[in-house]
Amino acid sequence: MNNNDNLVNIRGVTKSYQRAKQKVEVLHGIDIDIARGDFLALMGPSGSGKTTLLNLIGGLDKPSAGSINVAGTRIDQLSSGELARWRASNVGFVFQFYNLLPMLSALKNVELPLLLTGLSGTERRRNAEVALRLVNLGDRTQHKPKELSGGQEQRVAIARAIVSDPTLLICDEPTGDLDRHTADEILGLLQVLNREHGKTIVMVTHDPKAAEFAHRQLHLDKGTLAKSANNGG
Amino acid sequence: MKYLHLIWANLFRKKTRSLLTVLSIVVAFLLFGMLDAVRVAFTVRDSLEGASRLVVSSKLSIIQPLPYADLAQIQRIPGVEAVAFANWFGGIYQDRKNFFANFAVSNNYLDLYPEFVMPEDQKQTFMATRTGAVVGRNLAKRFGWKIGDKIPLQATIFPHKSTGNTWTFDLVGIFHARDSSNANQEDQMIFHYDYFDEGRTFGNGTVGWYMVKIADPRHTSQIAQTIDHLYANSVAETKTQTEKQFNLDFAKQLGDIGLIVSSIMGAVLFTILLLTGNTMSQAVRERIPEYAVLKTIGFSNQTVLWLVLGEALLMIALGGVFGLGLSVLGADALSAAFRGGVFQVAVQTWLSGSVLMVVLGLAVGFPPALRAMRLRIVDALSGH
Ligand SMILES: Nc1ncnc2c1ncn2[C@@H]1O[C@H](COP(=O)(O)OP(=O)(O)O)[C@@H](O)[C@H]1O
Ligand SMILES: [Mg+2]
Repeated sequence: MNNNDNLVNIRGVTKSYQRAKQKVEVLHGIDIDIARGDFLALMGPSGSGKTTLLNLIGGLDKPSAGSINVAGTRIDQLSSGELARWRASNVGFVFQFYNLLPMLSALKNVELPLLLTGLSGTERRRNAEVALRLVNLGDRTQHKPKELSGGQEQRVAIARAIVSDPTLLICDEPTGDLDRHTADEILGLLQVLNREHGKTIVMVTHDPKAAEFAHRQLHLDKGTLAKSANNGG
Repeated sequence: MKYLHLIWANLFRKKTRSLLTVLSIVVAFLLFGMLDAVRVAFTVRDSLEGASRLVVSSKLSIIQPLPYADLAQIQRIPGVEAVAFANWFGGIYQDRKNFFANFAVSNNYLDLYPEFVMPEDQKQTFMATRTGAVVGRNLAKRFGWKIGDKIPLQATIFPHKSTGNTWTFDLVGIFHARDSSNANQEDQMIFHYDYFDEGRTFGNGTVGWYMVKIADPRHTSQIAQTIDHLYANSVAETKTQTEKQFNLDFAKQLGDIGLIVSSIMGAVLFTILLLTGNTMSQAVRERIPEYAVLKTIGFSNQTVLWLVLGEALLMIALGGVFGLGLSVLGADALSAAFRGGVFQVAVQTWLSGSVLMVVLGLAVGFPPALRAMRLRIVDALSGH
């Protein structure tokens, strides 16, 4: 594989957390390449470091050692202010518990990332509406999170993640809180975003069925990559 | 400004809690406005411009007497139409809490007060009765006094030569204010200076203050200067001012108004600081995961800081502006309730109130804002 086709290059990444007086290494020398347009499922037992690795790729935290290169940017070398700006324009995040702001309508939630752009109020509103239509919630713009089902909330969260058109989507157990049927809908939506909108997706999941929606799977165990499999070759 | 809806939505998220907090701020600033109006009334000098009466009192202190001999000298000053004088008596009727103004006056005193109306026959009886006293209608009503009553007052300053602390007056007249807006001036009692001066055991031949009637109000401030100039460097220097100013100065000696006002205000504001500070900290603590989400999306630390600071400022400003607005009505009510005071919420009160809102807002908002700014995304999201 040509290096230039890769969106993400991870080399020798370790991560330690300070716990009380003790330093605990959670990731030990991780190397991963993620191609542009890839849909990667990251699996592994609880506590194996999946979220930690995902947060490093999304620029929410910095590695203790090693390098992370995303679309030509060494994000491990950015200051926290630069990282925030980088996240705003390059990454969308989807969490297990949706993490919408409860007092804002669906539309206002989706608009949030656009507040950081130079767009006018009308443009922000229009883009947010487009994103909500894309996730099939064009008729729920004024609903508050409380008034939506779990699956609908997660779709609002996905609309929020894609509204500023990032190349990379980071999803941490996006279906962990949903029933099978709704989970499949959400995974189908992610697949559409991957295939038709060219989003590169890194998704953590416990669920082997969910992982099947991805192109390939990586297994993390106690902070080390175990094996990888290509779905359907 | 595009973040305003975010701040606003957060502010009224827990409606009851926010409303109670804002309400307490409203009350605090209502108090602030009214107390500051009182303070301003006591510090702003009333302009001499256009006044037709002046009060001459001792420069040293309002309770320091002036020589009786000043009377003739002031009368001789060109432009002075008439001079009356008075002396505070400070008598008590039955009980200390029955406070009202009572003082001894020269015979021509009522002539200088055309705003007080009294039947001619009562006026004549007053002139003819050495122990006579006249009272305002309100006061007569308050104690159920009728003409012909004997009114005993207990002296607090001036014991009587022969009757000790009790001075007895014959009520011979009841006056009322010509203009009902001056009805609050009907709470006083006056009697003859001659009777007072003969009876008292000390201070004879001195008077408390002089009232000067000016022929042409255009010359008021110049005459005031002439009088004070006349007694400059004498043993009893004078201070000539308007009645309103005199009344305020008189009230001021009852206590250090500035100190009283600032201690009440300090206590109130300290309470507000604790109360809103606690509300804000609690609100932000509950929302830590949400601020983590905003940061995840790419909101900078500073933006998050300002979201919290903005919320605190908005909350205080909402309550503050509303409270100060109410204090305008409160000050009107105060003016109606107390004689001799015109209480207004001045521009300077609005200014210092606004500064106070900003300072309070920053003080209240800063600790939780700092906390929100410093939170580490991964810790907040994972609950570490
Ligand atoms: N912010 C943090 N501070 C300290 N320790 C953490 C933090 N986040 C995760 N950990 C620890 O790192 C290890 C890996 O956690 P995590 O990456 O969340 O695992 P996973 O997502 O695979 O369940 C766990 O032992 C967890 O307790
Ligand atoms: Mg996890």
